[in-house]
Amino acid sequence: MTALPTAGSSLLLPAILLAPVLAMLMIVFLPKDEGKTIKIVAAIGTFVSLVLSLYAFLTYNQALGGMQFNVTIPWIPDLGVTLALGVDGISLPMLLLTNIIGFSSIYASWNMELRPKEFFILLLILITGVMGTFIARDLFIFFLFYEIVVIPIYIMVIIWGSSKRVTKEYAGMKLTIYLLIGSAFLLVGLIALYLAAGKNGNPTFMFDQLAARQDLYSPAFQKVAFGLMLFGFGSLISMFPFHSWSPDGYAGAPTAVSMIHAGVLKKIGGYGLIRLGIMVLPLGAKFWAPLIAVLAICNVLYAAFIALAQKDLKYVIGYSSVSHMGYVLIALAALNPTAMTGAIAMMFAHGVMSALIFSMIGFIYEKTHTRNIAELGGLAHQMPRLAIGLLLAGMASLGLPSTVNFISEFTIFMGTIHVFPALAMLGIFGIIFTAVYILRMIANVLFGPRRPEWDHLTDIRGAELVPLVVCVFVIFIAGIFPNILMGLINNGVYSSGLAKVLETVSQVKMGGLF
Amino acid sequence: MVNFNFATVLTPEIAMAALALILLAIGLLIPPGARKGMMPLTVFSLLGVLGYTLFDFFYGSKASFLSGMYLHDQFAVYFKVLFLLAALLVVLSSGGYVQKFAEHRGEFYSLIMAATLGMMIMAGAGELITMYVGLELMTISFYILVAYLADNARSSEAGIKYLVLGATSSAILLYGISLIYGLTGSTQYTEIASGIGGNLTPASFLATVFLLAGLGFKISLVPFHLWAPDIYEGAPTPVTAFLAVASKAAAFAVLIRVYLLMMNSQAFSATGQTLLVVLASLTMIIGNLVAIPQTNIKRLLAYSSIAQAGYLMVGIIAVSVAGVKGVLFYAMIYVFANMGAFAVATHVAEKQGSDDIKDFAGLIRRSPLAAVVMTASLLSLAGIPPLAGFVGKFYLFSAVMDQGYTAIAYIGFVMSMVSVYYYLSVVKVMFLGEGEGLPDIPVQGAMKFSMLFTMIITLAIGIYPTPLAQMAFAAAQSLIK
Repeated sequence: MTALPTAGSSLLLPAILLAPVLAMLMIVFLPKDEGKTIKIVAAIGTFVSLVLSLYAFLTYNQALGGMQFNVTIPWIPDLGVTLALGVDGISLPMLLLTNIIGFSSIYASWNMELRPKEFFILLLILITGVMGTFIARDLFIFFLFYEIVVIPIYIMVIIWGSSKRVTKEYAGMKLTIYLLIGSAFLLVGLIALYLAAGKNGNPTFMFDQLAARQDLYSPAFQKVAFGLMLFGFGSLISMFPFHSWSPDGYAGAPTAVSMIHAGVLKKIGGYGLIRLGIMVLPLGAKFWAPLIAVLAICNVLYAAFIALAQKDLKYVIGYSSVSHMGYVLIALAALNPTAMTGAIAMMFAHGVMSALIFSMIGFIYEKTHTRNIAELGGLAHQMPRLAIGLLLAGMASLGLPSTVNFISEFTIFMGTIHVFPALAMLGIFGIIFTAVYILRMIANVLFGPRRPEWDHLTDIRGAELVPLVVCVFVIFIAGIFPNILMGLINNGVYSSGLAKVLETVSQVKMGGLF
Repeated sequence: MVNFNFATVLTPEIAMAALALILLAIGLLIPPGARKGMMPLTVFSLLGVLGYTLFDFFYGSKASFLSGMYLHDQFAVYFKVLFLLAALLVVLSSGGYVQKFAEHRGEFYSLIMAATLGMMIMAGAGELITMYVGLELMTISFYILVAYLADNARSSEAGIKYLVLGATSSAILLYGISLIYGLTGSTQYTEIASGIGGNLTPASFLATVFLLAGLGFKISLVPFHLWAPDIYEGAPTPVTAFLAVASKAAAFAVLIRVYLLMMNSQAFSATGQTLLVVLASLTMIIGNLVAIPQTNIKRLLAYSSIAQAGYLMVGIIAVSVAGVKGVLFYAMIYVFANMGAFAVATHVAEKQGSDDIKDFAGLIRRSPLAAVVMTASLLSLAGIPPLAGFVGKFYLFSAVMDQGYTAIAYIGFVMSMVSVYYYLSVVKVMFLGEGEGLPDIPVQGAMKFSMLFTMIITLAIGIYPTPLAQMAFAAAQSLIK
């Protein structure tokens, strides 16, 4: 692989990363009863990041392609770790997504009165960790940021979460242990890869270097290493059968954590599989692809069926997000550029959509103190704005044309139908079930006769509207002018060298798992 | 042989011996009411010795003398720095706790110094008898320290237990040493290495296993770990901290020398390697699993420290510069993480008179700093980035995987994720519990300093490990050329 074109050094990414950190440090020194100030500081911090990442998104030079806004500092020389940041067409949408959701999640927690200081400190650490994962160009730094997020989530779930079907302590611990056990295997795979790449001296963790040293990884090694990563990242993206943390975790978590977790954190799994799995270990990917495709369809159908039977709003959406991740996984398994573009777009689309839907459910729960679908009904009478938000999010979830979700699902099926025709057809059927559970949920919660017990509720207003406005704007802008997003992703798939890897691997004659 | 001066090379040891005696004398001369100044006095003397030792590490002349009986290489000096740091942190966080036995304060600090001197001799010893002398000096000081709360039955019980079991393990160790002397006619590591021969005879096997058992007792390697929880629970908390950190590190210093210089590439290595892999795996598994149901913070930390010994063993199994470097690096960050956790435990024990985890309830509101320090320390022990424990484990396990031992890496990583479970259960109590009826216990003075210091170092090394990694590398290289 030839050296990738890279632009000069830039301080943009460190600034994006440090803005929430600075806000967090300021909050540390604020008195804990100044809830309003704390929220404003947190909002400013994430707003700065959002604006800067939007700037990066708009000024990214597509003609040049590759990693841009690079920062490269040797960090741990004896291990070969480099503090290397940079974004390309694959990671930039993810970075923007993180900031959109991070910014919205602050407003979704605007009414947080219980220990706001600790809450916003942890939330900002969480946002920083997720951002760092997407902008790292070094595997070690990537993993470091990924593991940073696990503990704040645990603390947030046990303090601010809610106990319904399972207690919040159980939900938090389940989520944490699942992800950590996954990351233990991931870490073994990562060290094995690192040692294999450093066999001839010059140890490195840089993604591009690891990918460039492919002749050092034997096919047998690639199979094992990819298997380990599939387990680690697969648990994170809630791949069947490692998905069961996801509905419980989301149901137990406070709104902001559900938004970030379902919106972006999960996507680290998909992103990791692309950046590390497919680009560095293509033969391993080819070996495991058929299994991933089958499991992906299990995700799509099995989770959709379970979602049909759920009574709790958050469980419906929790299983729905497991189901949607099936589309991402089958697209990854297809191993062609079109499907890859679709997978990345789907991660973006699903992220915005699930953030919106979780924030709306969060408001419903905050106001009515219930998430049981049977107890709710006719909320559109009292809360029309909230109803609009939930309705639009539901439409996006089932992939209605003019939403970005439609574009991405369409691209995924374009890319997969000729690779796995039968499985892709099954996947398309999954959309029908999605429509059933989403429409049923919307009908039962929002519509129907006016219920007098909800007459005292006030509609969302002021700061509470921010998640609604931001997410709906993004869903439709990217849905109506798909080239804004798809152009960049497509550019990323080609200019990052992913497409070339996929082309090479498609010519390799190697039996898959089946 | 290089020309050098005994006095300059042995300065830290001489200083520690003098300090131990001076502190003892001061304790006798000054009336009990006026002994508050003992703590700052000890701290500043330790700081002086530490400063000199650090200087010695980078710039001092390195030599072995008395025909290889005592070694003064960077490896030994690195461990001396570690022991001094541990002693310093123990003394800093023991100020309030030692109030309880005001009339014996002088002896307390004097004994800590004596134990530290013993460890230093262990790290520097180039032959088995010198090592044994250092080990006994350390252990006998600990017998007294463990039983220091004279009117507390548990402390006395722990002291007796430690005395009986420690004496047994010393006997086993001595037996091993005498067998080795009988087989090779020498007690010096390098001469034993050439004399022990290529064939694994029953006698040489027995000797090495005895040696391993004696040292395994000190590092609480499974199956020689059974003493640890009881004694950790009964001993005064600062003593437990010192026992868990420094005495373990000292035994590791000896084990590395013995194993790498004496037994490596000898007849023992093939069988011994398998034995060590099995023991290290068992140590990680049992330490972590048994820690889960614990309800007493000191017992929990005791089992956790058993598990940590398992991680450290992994670096020895690697038998490489990278492995030794991993052990050195991890041992140092283990000092900070464990000292942080024990400082909080000491603080809570001192203010609330209890070691039960349930009494940490609501600590985040009652004493935010202590709760945050405890969380950071425990997460570093668990190996969660950006704290130092992660980098340390990375060094250890990448070294052992480089030598082809993948299975133990799986066990290590999965077990350290399991350890997150019980560490988080402490975190949960601190953050979630209401702590009704429990007092506010703000942290002050030296205790506050030692807590902040351990946390900042743990975080700083986790984010930028390069300086410590270079030191550990230099020390490891001085051992294995």
